[in-house]
Amino acid sequence: MTVAEYDRVPERVDSGYESALAHSLEETWETKPGLYGWISTVDHKEIGVRYLVTAFAFLVAGGVEALIMRVQLARPNQNLVAPETYNELFSLHGITMIFLYALPILSGFSNYLFPLVLGSRDMAFPRLNAFSYWIYLASGLFMYGSILATAVPNDGWYNFAPYSLRQFNPGLNMDFYALGMIFLGISTTVGSANFVVTFLRMRAPGMSINRVPILTWGTTTISVGNLLAVPAVSLAFLFLWTDRQFGTHFYTPESGGHPLLWQHLFWIYAHPWVYVVVLPAMGMVSDALPFFCRRPLVGYVAVVLGTITTMTLGFGVWLHHMFATGIPFLALAFFSGASFVITIPSAVAVLSWVATIWTGRPVTTAAFHFFAGFIALFVIGGVSGVMTASVPSDLQLTETYFIVAHIHYVLIGINVFAVLGALHVWFPKMSGRMMSETLGKISFWIIFIGFNVAFLPMHLTGLWGMPRRIYTYPAGVGWDTLNMITSVGAFILAIGVIVYFANVVISLRSGRIAGPNPWDGPTLEWTTPSPPPPYNFPVIPQVASRHPLWESRLHDSVGESQWRRGMPLDKGKEALATTALDGLPDAILKMPEDSPAPFIVTLAMTAGFVGLLLQIWWLAGVGAAATLAGLLIWLWPERELAQRAEAAR
Amino acid sequence: MTAIDQSRGLPVGSMGRRANGWWGMITLIATEGALFVYLLFSYFYIAVQHGREWLPPDLPSLSLSIPNTVILLVSGVAVWRGESLLIAGRRGPIVAIHILAALVLGLAFISLEGWEWSMEKLTPASGSFGSLYFMLGALHLAHLVIGALILAALALWSALGYFDARRSAPVSIGALYWYFVIVVWLAVFFTLYITPRLSLG
Repeated sequence: MTVAEYDRVPERVDSGYESALAHSLEETWETKPGLYGWISTVDHKEIGVRYLVTAFAFLVAGGVEALIMRVQLARPNQNLVAPETYNELFSLHGITMIFLYALPILSGFSNYLFPLVLGSRDMAFPRLNAFSYWIYLASGLFMYGSILATAVPNDGWYNFAPYSLRQFNPGLNMDFYALGMIFLGISTTVGSANFVVTFLRMRAPGMSINRVPILTWGTTTISVGNLLAVPAVSLAFLFLWTDRQFGTHFYTPESGGHPLLWQHLFWIYAHPWVYVVVLPAMGMVSDALPFFCRRPLVGYVAVVLGTITTMTLGFGVWLHHMFATGIPFLALAFFSGASFVITIPSAVAVLSWVATIWTGRPVTTAAFHFFAGFIALFVIGGVSGVMTASVPSDLQLTETYFIVAHIHYVLIGINVFAVLGALHVWFPKMSGRMMSETLGKISFWIIFIGFNVAFLPMHLTGLWGMPRRIYTYPAGVGWDTLNMITSVGAFILAIGVIVYFANVVISLRSGRIAGPNPWDGPTLEWTTPSPPPPYNFPVIPQVASRHPLWESRLHDSVGESQWRRGMPLDKGKEALATTALDGLPDAILKMPEDSPAPFIVTLAMTAGFVGLLLQIWWLAGVGAAATLAGLLIWLWPERELAQRAEAAR
Repeated sequence: MTAIDQSRGLPVGSMGRRANGWWGMITLIATEGALFVYLLFSYFYIAVQHGREWLPPDLPSLSLSIPNTVILLVSGVAVWRGESLLIAGRRGPIVAIHILAALVLGLAFISLEGWEWSMEKLTPASGSFGSLYFMLGALHLAHLVIGALILAALALWSALGYFDARRSAPVSIGALYWYFVIVVWLAVFFTLYITPRLSLG
């Protein structure tokens, strides 16, 4: 950069992906080859794909843990695993699926898609984006490191005190979990901040907040939720760690603490978390289902308001996980009522999808199959949730396999099915190739049948009294057949997942070439080549309606959306900031170059957390100091980023 | 909606509240603010499980905490003044001196709180009140130390002449964090030092 500037009237040019402008943008934005480039890239598409691959790897790990448990439980009085190992298996399975798979997979899609659907060149904080991925990876490996230390967390994913206290749990098991979750919370928090600011600031001009795709509403809503909820669990685990290692008394009743404080802090976080891991998935379905119904979503505004209402109410229902703890009657009544009310905004989305299918002309692609399955399972999981919102039935059902069945209908139904469908939809954008429809439909049917064979009978297992988290059970109490069916179903489900991944691998190599818009989708990502170039858009698009690519058919726009004429913003790495509500141009932003700082700071923090875990205090200190030094260098004002005054040369 | 004005000039780079960093700081403050809400929730949750006897016989002392509160408020004024001077067009040393003054006051706060803790009979392990007292104080202090490091960097960068009236975003963003740390202290101070002295009858 030669002359710094404070103001610019942006020119407007006609351009496409073959122009000289596009070539110069390519040079400006591309990631350097080699290991250094791999470590230092801040391209949101690269980071998004890394999130997806890593989260799927954790899904496989969690799945293997589940299969071992299902073999153990297939018949009564088995001894495949010892009771202690079984405790570790179900704990690690829950931690993996809920924390290391369910949100990160959605963050992967959101990272990849946010700038593309919003018409931007990158996320608001590209380096922070890389940082959130590296921290996610490091904290996941940190928690899985407990396997090497043979000290795997063993108190279930919700980890109730006092069992998690040192007196009952002397090893490193709980410390891995406590510190690992505080570590992971950093990733979740900075990632959420990035989504919120990107949503508010990085939209194409003209994209007022009633024109953004629903998936960005879903992710932004839960990101605000995360900002407010994650501190609760970080604090809960910090208390746990100091109780264990420094003799504080947050959870120990004998010195004035209270074990239920753990449950409050944990569920204040973990109930909103249920919505956190489903609302972005619901958003993806709300956006992609209309592709296959050949019409816009029915009730855009209702779905958006339903999303926000669900998240807000989600903060007011945490006590329904604690109905059996002896809380006051008034609290029971209030939280039971709130838990019933929350079904209303959730039902709005379901009715919108059904109406979209009903009034559209459905094309039954593989993705459509997954979305239809998603809706069906959402209804079943929702209804079993309403059953437990009622205090008397919850007192009967809590801590039985009924709850296990419910949570799996919710999480597999609303998260996994939506994710598998969404990958069918956006895989062509990411890879340039289509996934096989035939294999996709085969994998859908195997997964759908396997899932229901496994988990539908499990409701009955629970109603017939089988408690969760027991490593085996006696013969002849009526659970034998049901458990065998569930185990068989689990393996069918696993085969379906293998077929699905085989489809991914085969399609990556030899899938049909996709072209820019294989589904005839309406939103901005479909104006880009598949896969999109590093700069996404040669000129900043301008948006005049909710469905820029369908305007000629819908006739609902004020003016005309343009993506071949607009601001080039090619004086270095630049992006456009727009106003939060109306999406009017507000500033030209200087975007950072690739940087190894996020990776290096992650290494420093990892060293710090290992130091805390093993109580090697000098290592913790070095890690903290290196983290701060790294952040200082990272944030040092740069002239290239227009953060410094001009005269200071 | 109104048509987009194509001829208007746009500011380039990080400009005040148009900088993404400013928005990022708002999100950071939201999440850190939530952390202290949960801390105070924990304090009052444990407090209501017990009666008056939960509090230690010697309540946390006001003799250092009140001067400390004043020190922190004055430091906030110093940062605010430095930021205002910068935005009004002053540069370099005068801004750096104001930020430096706030930093010195912040360090004074840290030292005084350390002194107070060294005289305290309570320990983090002496019971749930002690645990909460030190955890609230320590987590606030950790935020204050981060804030002090931010002020040190801003003072250095100001002295180097990095900022002027239009390139002032880093100072505004750092100042926002410092104000947040001060507001949190007021909540912590009220909870730990004032509420035990409020009599209900």
